[in-house]
Amino acid sequence: MRLEPKKKLMDDMGIKRAITRIAHEIIERNKGVENVALIGIRRRGGPLAQRLAERIEEIEGIKIPVGILDITLYRDDLTTLAAQPQLHRTEVFFNINDMNVVLVDDVLFTGRTVRAALDALIDIGRPRCIQLAVLVDRGHRELPIKADYVGKNVPTSHTEVISVLVSEIDGKDEVVIQDILKE
Amino acid sequence: MKLLIRGGRVIDPANEIDAIMDVLVADGKIEAIAPNIQAEGAINIDAAGKWVCPGFIDMHVHLREPGFEYKEDIASGTRAAAAGGFTTVCCMPNTDPVIDNAAVASFVRERAQKSGVVNVLPIGSITKKQAGRELSEMAELVEAGCVAVSDDGLPVADSAIMRNALQYADMFGLPVLSHCEDLNLARDGQMHEGYYSIIYGLKGIPAAAEEIMVARDIILAQTTGAQVHICHVSTAGSIDMIRDAQERGVQVSCEVTPHHLILTDEIVGSYDADTKVNPPLRPLEDVVALREGLLDGTIDCIATDHAPHHLESKDCEYNLAAFGISGLETAVALIMDKLVHPQILDAETMVSLFTIGPADILGINKGSLDVGTDADITIVDPELVREVNPREFYSKGKNTPFKGMVLKGWPWMTIVSGRVVYKEGKIITE
Amino acid sequence: MSKEGGKTVKLEQRKDLLGLRDVSREEIEMILSTATPMKDILKRDIKKVPTLRGKAMVTVFYENSTRTRTSFEIAGKYLSADTVNLAVSTSSVAKGESLRDTVKTIEAMGFDLMVIRHGMSGTPSYVARNTNMRIINAGDGANEHPTQALLDLYSIKEAKGSLEDLKVVIVGDILHSRVARSNIYGLSKFGCEIRVVGPATLMPPEIEKLGVKAYNNLDQALRGADVINVLRIQRERQVAGLFPSLDEYSNLYMLSPERLKNAREDVLVLHPGPMNRGVEISSALADSTTAVVNEQVTNGVAVRMALLFLMMGGSKDEITY
Repeated sequence: MRLEPKKKLMDDMGIKRAITRIAHEIIERNKGVENVALIGIRRRGGPLAQRLAERIEEIEGIKIPVGILDITLYRDDLTTLAAQPQLHRTEVFFNINDMNVVLVDDVLFTGRTVRAALDALIDIGRPRCIQLAVLVDRGHRELPIKADYVGKNVPTSHTEVISVLVSEIDGKDEVVIQDILKE
Repeated sequence: MKLLIRGGRVIDPANEIDAIMDVLVADGKIEAIAPNIQAEGAINIDAAGKWVCPGFIDMHVHLREPGFEYKEDIASGTRAAAAGGFTTVCCMPNTDPVIDNAAVASFVRERAQKSGVVNVLPIGSITKKQAGRELSEMAELVEAGCVAVSDDGLPVADSAIMRNALQYADMFGLPVLSHCEDLNLARDGQMHEGYYSIIYGLKGIPAAAEEIMVARDIILAQTTGAQVHICHVSTAGSIDMIRDAQERGVQVSCEVTPHHLILTDEIVGSYDADTKVNPPLRPLEDVVALREGLLDGTIDCIATDHAPHHLESKDCEYNLAAFGISGLETAVALIMDKLVHPQILDAETMVSLFTIGPADILGINKGSLDVGTDADITIVDPELVREVNPREFYSKGKNTPFKGMVLKGWPWMTIVSGRVVYKEGKIITE
Repeated sequence: MSKEGGKTVKLEQRKDLLGLRDVSREEIEMILSTATPMKDILKRDIKKVPTLRGKAMVTVFYENSTRTRTSFEIAGKYLSADTVNLAVSTSSVAKGESLRDTVKTIEAMGFDLMVIRHGMSGTPSYVARNTNMRIINAGDGANEHPTQALLDLYSIKEAKGSLEDLKVVIVGDILHSRVARSNIYGLSKFGCEIRVVGPATLMPPEIEKLGVKAYNNLDQALRGADVINVLRIQRERQVAGLFPSLDEYSNLYMLSPERLKNAREDVLVLHPGPMNRGVEISSALADSTTAVVNEQVTNGVAVRMALLFLMMGGSKDEITY
């Protein structure tokens, strides 16, 4: 598989602005953050949730609980994978019962990851509601799932690949798009 | 009817012959051995490139008949022998009933006459029912054609009985073949006790279980002046004791099996019960010592301990499996491929270990190409390459750890009393 | 990853887990790191994940065991696999059916994985050769008990933070112990100094060739120990003439608070259970280690969940048969 050169969709400032906007939207939608928790989907949802929490704290002066969800055990494609993905811990060390939980992920695509995350979340508690925040929504949903907060809507084709890079994992903040070249 | 075996390399250690010659067979006897024999009306056998040897003798096989015909019978066992290049086999008495009287010995000989294709010489038991208590009627057994006595598999544990047996058998010049195993030390053992028995978690059979009995039998042979033959020696310690005893003039001889000369206990790790045999496969040090014993003459002959078993006795849990290897059809090829071709063993020594070696122990007029003797002849094709395929065995016992092995040097033709019973992969019956 | 027949094998490509001897350090680390999130699941209110939905496993125990069998069964259930126990004594085995036929029958029912315990060494390998089901060895004769060793390793790592370079003492009937063998194979891959101690009659003669140090004296063996794994002693061995009496055995080899003084202060005492109080472990020490032993049981479930997930979760296409 060969990829065409990368095209930058967002730079570090773009990502920062999107996070700030989503932080404001979360505060507004939930009428404050008294009862809000952020849970990032492993891997890149984790750092994004952390940044959102920091931004919300800057704005509201309140530290809200942040967790990380590992959805491996809930995936619907395990039997088709040759090798098992490395299983990590789910790090939600607070009670999510009756909380407004905001799931955070980097890219919303088919919706299958979010479906798995919803199941995983419900197995660890009973939130009052679950909302979804993503940095990029690239379309092509296969399940009836919709994001509540979107950093950027990017119309894509099936053959394109969207990569979200975050400095905590990748050393820099960037969103790029590449197309698979036909042989 | 005459047979003229032409142009083969005749190897007859008893007569110190190793040359390209012709062998003429008439009326079931050897008539002449010389270069370029002319014989009117003889059937010619072109043996160029082949080794023409006295008929091979396996002095330790289990034919299972009477009593265990589902494992083997005299018809299938002698066909396996012929296919393996053997013209004479000595069958062990652990049948049901045990060969402990003339009637059973005669039955075996009659069955061999009727359904067998090679010479079958029965071995009587040392004690009645192999029970280790009362001596068998040995004079009667000799009369009925037994060439030796043995309680193979159920060794005589009582040293007093063993001493009596050696003394009594010696009156008839009857060799006593001793399966040396201290049953208490070997109890529940599945394989050789050592590094690999720890690794594989199987109960071990220590070398001492064999060596203690070898030592006892040597001492008894020495004090009685009688002859004792140690079956299937498998340890370096046994070889050392036997060598030492022979040097001191004790009448002790011994045999070794092909599998103990070739395999080590490491292969038991497959838990394939075809590797389960008694005495067990030993470590490399023992294999090396056995090969040394073969070269320096301590070991007198190679015998297969052919122990055919039904599939269900081997296709099961290792502990539940029966001991034994179906050995008749692979012995010669194994020795050719693993010892002769790599030049560990020369052709003449190899032939003598299969011929005059066992014949001398048993005191039978076989094992040579002497003019006037029975024309038992084994012709080996040293260059033939074939895979060991148990499904093609004539033996009912398909239990061999050598399955799938590709070997070079196989029996090509087997002639018993002037009659071709095996030729190029096929048993020939009239 | 380890070499098997020249090819590199990853755990998820293994058809079977028959022992730790041929399992690499990387594979063991993978199992142990997967066990931690599994242990988290055990502590939740909803102790179930849908991961192995539609998979079926059967436990076939030819020897009695409550904890190992229950542990496998509940591990499978927590992962949503359908789990069935074959009661061997009441099945057709009692009517004389051969093991091979039993296995073929079980396979025909569509099981993906079979957990087998058998009193005879090598039987799981024999079964594995004769079936397409995946096989996990839950203990065979005196050969291996890989999942017990994995849970021991997990418990040690949990208590000590790392498995590297520890001094681990295994006390008891080394000759007949599959737990000892699997522990030796597992621990030696992490550079541990392994000492085995017991009477000479229960010590295989060439044990040191496995890279361990053999002792007959308990106090000497305990010096500076980080971990002690106490093996069960069975009365049958006395009957077989391997030691004179349980009294004499316990005088020489029973672990007690006094004897622990030879070891490091923070020594971890493990016991595969069930404990014979007053024989291999003193009652006082048994009381003070109960918590650790129970934690071992919990870890056993987590480790078996990890193993089932890694072996049964993925596609079957890439298995190295």
